[in-house]
Amino acid sequence: MARAATTTDAFNAVAESRRRQILDVLAGGERAVNDLVRLLGLPQPQVSKHLRVLREVGLVDVRDEGRHRMYRLNGRPLRPIHEWVKNYERSWNERFEALDEVLDELKREEDSDGEPHA
Amino acid sequence: MVNLMRSGAAVVTLPTDTQILITREFAAPKHLVFKAWTTPELVKRWWIGQRGVATIAEIDLRVGGKWRYVMVAHGGFEVAFHGECREIVPNERLVTTEVYEGIPDAEARAALNTLTLTEVDGRTTLTLLVEHRTKEDRDAHINSGMEGGLQEAMDLLEQIAISLR
Repeated sequence: MARAATTTDAFNAVAESRRRQILDVLAGGERAVNDLVRLLGLPQPQVSKHLRVLREVGLVDVRDEGRHRMYRLNGRPLRPIHEWVKNYERSWNERFEALDEVLDELKREEDSDGEPHA
Repeated sequence: MVNLMRSGAAVVTLPTDTQILITREFAAPKHLVFKAWTTPELVKRWWIGQRGVATIAEIDLRVGGKWRYVMVAHGGFEVAFHGECREIVPNERLVTTEVYEGIPDAEARAALNTLTLTEVDGRTTLTLLVEHRTKEDRDAHINSGMEGGLQEAMDLLEQIAISLR
């Protein structure tokens, strides 16, 4: 799958584990940069650098509140990733639906054998 | 009644750059899910979903034992996988390697699959963690689902084309 540069593509932006950590924290609600620095245990310049990348692909929104810059998660750019995984998910759903049938049959067999459920 | 209690959709997530995690709940106790997962004749009935016909399913369910599945997809091409059992806790946990035979350096690029089954009130949550060695292989694995879908669409198109002749 062809990919664009880190700063223009949500796929690459979330390929970095620290940035995923930041998104995980922001999934719990809006945070100031200082909070993120404390929660992630990373130097502030590094956190700012990651936030800049996330902002450029639109994964976080920022606003000023007094002296604080507040960062918030915006999940919309993650949609293409979801779409990408979705087809794979569909192939598992097909398998699992067939597995449901097999399990129904095994349950009926077990019930008619009078065996207790383990 | 059983059908109404059906368990809904599989959830696929990507916990790290090299992993795929598949989660699904089943309206059956874990020993039956384990049985369906590890009994060749039963595997043949579900493993390929609607994508073709399973022609071979072999499982030597022992640590170090080998397994191999082969399917013929609707388009007529054959797809084969094999691997080795690494860890077996009956009804609860199964760790296996998985080699997709259709790629170069297949053995060196084996994935590690960890199946876990957890039962609550007669219902079982299945998780399957697929760990690849590289992000490229992980991504290719996910893309293969897409190609499968594409292949199905092409097959359908072909059938329609034939019917129009």
